[in-house]
Amino acid sequence: MSESQQEQLTGNASPKPRAQAASSLRRRFSWVRAREQLIQGVLFGCSLLSIVTTLSIIYVLVSESLIAIPPHTAFFQEISFSEFFTSTKWLPQHDEAHYGILPLLCGTLLITGISALIGLPMGLLIAIYLSEYASPSSRKWVKPALEILAGVPTVVYGYFALRILSPLIISPVFHDWLGFSVMGKNALAGGIVVGLMIIPMVASLSEDVMRSVPNSLRESGYALGSTKFDVSTKIVVPAALSGIFAAFLLALSRSIGETMAVSIASAGLANLTLNPLDQIQTMTSFIVDVMGGEVVSGSTLEKSLYAVALVLFTITMGMNLISQWVLSRYREVYQ
Amino acid sequence: MKIQGDLKQRKTVMALEKRFTQFVESPTVSGTGEATDATVPRGLPKIETRTMSFFYGTKQALHDINLQIQDRSVTALIGPSGCGKSTYLRSLNRMNDIIEGTRVTGEVLLDGEDIYASEVDVVSLRKRVGMVFQKSTPFPKSIFDNIAFGPRIAGLTKKTELQHIVERCLKQAAIWNEVKDRLKESAMALSGGQQQRLCIARALATNPEVLLMDEPASALDPASTARIEDLIFELKQNYTIVIVTHNMQQAARISEKTAFFCMGRLVEIGRTKQIFTNPIQKETEDYITGRFG
Repeated sequence: MSESQQEQLTGNASPKPRAQAASSLRRRFSWVRAREQLIQGVLFGCSLLSIVTTLSIIYVLVSESLIAIPPHTAFFQEISFSEFFTSTKWLPQHDEAHYGILPLLCGTLLITGISALIGLPMGLLIAIYLSEYASPSSRKWVKPALEILAGVPTVVYGYFALRILSPLIISPVFHDWLGFSVMGKNALAGGIVVGLMIIPMVASLSEDVMRSVPNSLRESGYALGSTKFDVSTKIVVPAALSGIFAAFLLALSRSIGETMAVSIASAGLANLTLNPLDQIQTMTSFIVDVMGGEVVSGSTLEKSLYAVALVLFTITMGMNLISQWVLSRYREVYQ
Repeated sequence: MKIQGDLKQRKTVMALEKRFTQFVESPTVSGTGEATDATVPRGLPKIETRTMSFFYGTKQALHDINLQIQDRSVTALIGPSGCGKSTYLRSLNRMNDIIEGTRVTGEVLLDGEDIYASEVDVVSLRKRVGMVFQKSTPFPKSIFDNIAFGPRIAGLTKKTELQHIVERCLKQAAIWNEVKDRLKESAMALSGGQQQRLCIARALATNPEVLLMDEPASALDPASTARIEDLIFELKQNYTIVIVTHNMQQAARISEKTAFFCMGRLVEIGRTKQIFTNPIQKETEDYITGRFG
């Protein structure tokens, strides 16, 4: 009974497998494969889009500031490189316009420097606390608090600096007490809030690299009679140094690019000054400033925006590239 | 099938016994055998644990361990994975304190002093009881800075003194000739065996009295293992050494006493020769002959 059934089955089935075997080498339409190809295409399209965006931004910056298509003239065809990089006056809206980027670079440097003085050490100390000292329960509180700090909109920071930090803290301390003249908008207020802004970034990036330092190194340290502080400062931080350095660079490029808070708290006249109590103009806040007013299309003023943007872009991209390079080198050490 | 298995086991036993007799009969080792006999009656043990139990949270990892470790000798801790021998080793310099939720009951005495007493300074305890880990862990610093790490955190800053210590420790760890010309280079560039000897040298730099070794040669090739074993042999003249090992032959070659751990209990401790040739407990015999574990 069963034998005959089997025979019947094999007898019936025998031509079919052969046909399948013959056709299996040939491509046939398959929904599964089509869907896979569609998914691959969509994913590739998404990544292509970001590349195209980047390239077109670079194209616009370059064509407006360096080399234009003939009927147009680019910024640097109207203003020489030497004026742009050596003149100490930035007066683009003046009748007798000056286009020297030094005051803007100086203002950016001042904001970045002040924010670095506040944000980098604070961020690093928080990272050491989170990675080496904090118990799981206190980590559970500190990390969300940092994320909230990171989530505050920058315009709120700017407002905070202008309305609270500057009149209620900076002015009483530096003007009333120490006798300096303090501007209502000053670089110090902006620098401090930008410093606060980069703390979460420094802390979480540095914490990541410090936690990736293998525990065996810590144990060896303890076994040699180290205290927790010795292990943190003499083993973990040095071992994670390149990663921490990369975190610093990323945070600084954020400081350089920070716009809204600085525009509100610090930006005014483009003074070439390193006095933190003076008002300054940064590259970013200049762009906001001009965009907020009326710009004649095709004017040198409009083109100067692109030139400034190109400088800004070059600086931040350079810093990001350096930090990525440092990070990738660091990863090799423990793998 | 069963007979074959028995035969195989008997062969292992015979091979082990043969290896052991060779070991005992070699002149250097028989000398130390006598030395052990001489050290056993000598007063206070260097380390002693009395009804010591260990807990990870609520899970008990060690049960009532009573063990004496003699000064200037090598004690091997053997046993199957997860038997608690590493936990025991790490509790001798309170390394387990780093892990949260661990607890020790009973007494762990170093020269008669309870190291878990509340007034004990863990940092100075660890300077007296050094440790070498399974994985070599050179710090990403120069060879010199690796060795000088311990003395430096102890407050030593004089360059000449540090140089003396570095040279002494590297010589003691039998690696001086290989690295003396490149003390300023990164320790990460050394080979695995060299790194482990560097770690031993680093542990010696704090002038410990006891050296705990957690499978120090398990990740090394036979040649490097032999060098580490020679080194342990040298070091026991001046240090008390406790070593965890999975390698029976290694335990037989280098230790005077062997303790067999199983399931968090100390099953048997005795002179290495006795443990390997004539164990009292059946569990020990089964483990040593490879019938289990």
